[in-house]
Amino acid sequence: MNYLYFPGCTLYTKAKNFDQTARNCSLLLGFELVELPNWTCCGATFPLATDNLMALLPPARILARAKEQGETLTTLCAICFNVIKRTNHLLQKDSEKREKINQFIEMNYQGDLKVLHYLEILKQEIGFSTIQEKVKKPLKELQAAPYYGCMLLRPFEEMGFDDKERPTLFEEFLTALGARSVDFPYKIECCGSFQSVGTPEVATECAYRILTSAMRQGAEVVVSTCPLCTFNLDQKQSDILKAHLDFKTIPVLYFTQLLGVAMGLDPQTLGFEQNAVDPIPLLKRKGLI
Amino acid sequence: MKIELSREKVHNDFSKKVEWISGQNLFACYQCGNCTAGCPVAFAMDIGPHEVIRYTLLGLEEEALSANTYWLCASCLQCSSRCPKGIDIARVMDALRMIILRKKERKDYIQISEFPEGFLEKVPQIAFISGFRKFLS
Repeated sequence: MNYLYFPGCTLYTKAKNFDQTARNCSLLLGFELVELPNWTCCGATFPLATDNLMALLPPARILARAKEQGETLTTLCAICFNVIKRTNHLLQKDSEKREKINQFIEMNYQGDLKVLHYLEILKQEIGFSTIQEKVKKPLKELQAAPYYGCMLLRPFEEMGFDDKERPTLFEEFLTALGARSVDFPYKIECCGSFQSVGTPEVATECAYRILTSAMRQGAEVVVSTCPLCTFNLDQKQSDILKAHLDFKTIPVLYFTQLLGVAMGLDPQTLGFEQNAVDPIPLLKRKGLI
Repeated sequence: MKIELSREKVHNDFSKKVEWISGQNLFACYQCGNCTAGCPVAFAMDIGPHEVIRYTLLGLEEEALSANTYWLCASCLQCSSRCPKGIDIARVMDALRMIILRKKERKDYIQISEFPEGFLEKVPQIAFISGFRKFLS
């Protein structure tokens, strides 16, 4: 089975490990991510000003091009997923804006594509029980904290991914890999997002709260679905150390990296060199690599 | 602060503009403060989002716009998701940003030239692209 795939800018550079591990794991699970030809940046924010149609053009164009190739479009990055899915929803519901945008991009897209996240494919198409059967190295004893962040879940009416306050999909995924999923109160809190360029110290504080909340519940690793969350939670730990003397570092992994470990992929291909806090000592201690 | 209320003041042009850009009905707000309570960056804000809405409704444009509240908003939509009156507060915050950024003076919130050395190489593209859209005119 093939899925049309939109990688997004960051997965080509700062989050290559996210992209590569997802592609490799999909082959082991019996499906392939086929890259959308001629894709562009999605714009990285869904415009909240209702009169800003310009910011809807890139995601609308992406959707229109994807529709020429198939019926679904899959993303990995939570921000791309949010922007593309919300734009799709708007094009479905608002015929006036749809017409304006279609005229501008000189295409005719009606909003009838299905936008999927990789985790949704794993759950709905492959099934967590199948994944469980294919796990070669169960992540036994590994206490993993599923960090959802905002973009997968909100707004619930448009994303429809999981419950907006108490989601469970990510926990089910981690349990299927054999890990112990750690519930923590900050799992749906914002990481500070683009404030890392606006007011970086605010994003640092958000990351500190999330990570310490996870550690207080016993987490040994935090698992993420978004390159921006990962930047704020992982790369900014050096800034957290400067601001909070009591802070202890904790590895942050993409869920696909952890999937790769469980599927028995060669650790050399899991892109750990791009993680700021080295997860290798932890994974070795647990006998996983 | 002593504020004199009048019909003209409450139905002021500033709040109409915010309502127009955000597409939200500010009058639905009954000041429960749920938005501020759940906001992950409220600790760094001068005043909470619910207070900004109140100022806006009272026509206190300067007070509303001089607070750092809407600049610090990360559009995480926690407030919008929890508002019992169904106001998409993140849209209201964005509208206030837009009011500043669309003015002739183009007062940008960040200056690219002031980024510290090595910042551009370190930070992922999505942070820049979304940040520039929120902070630059």
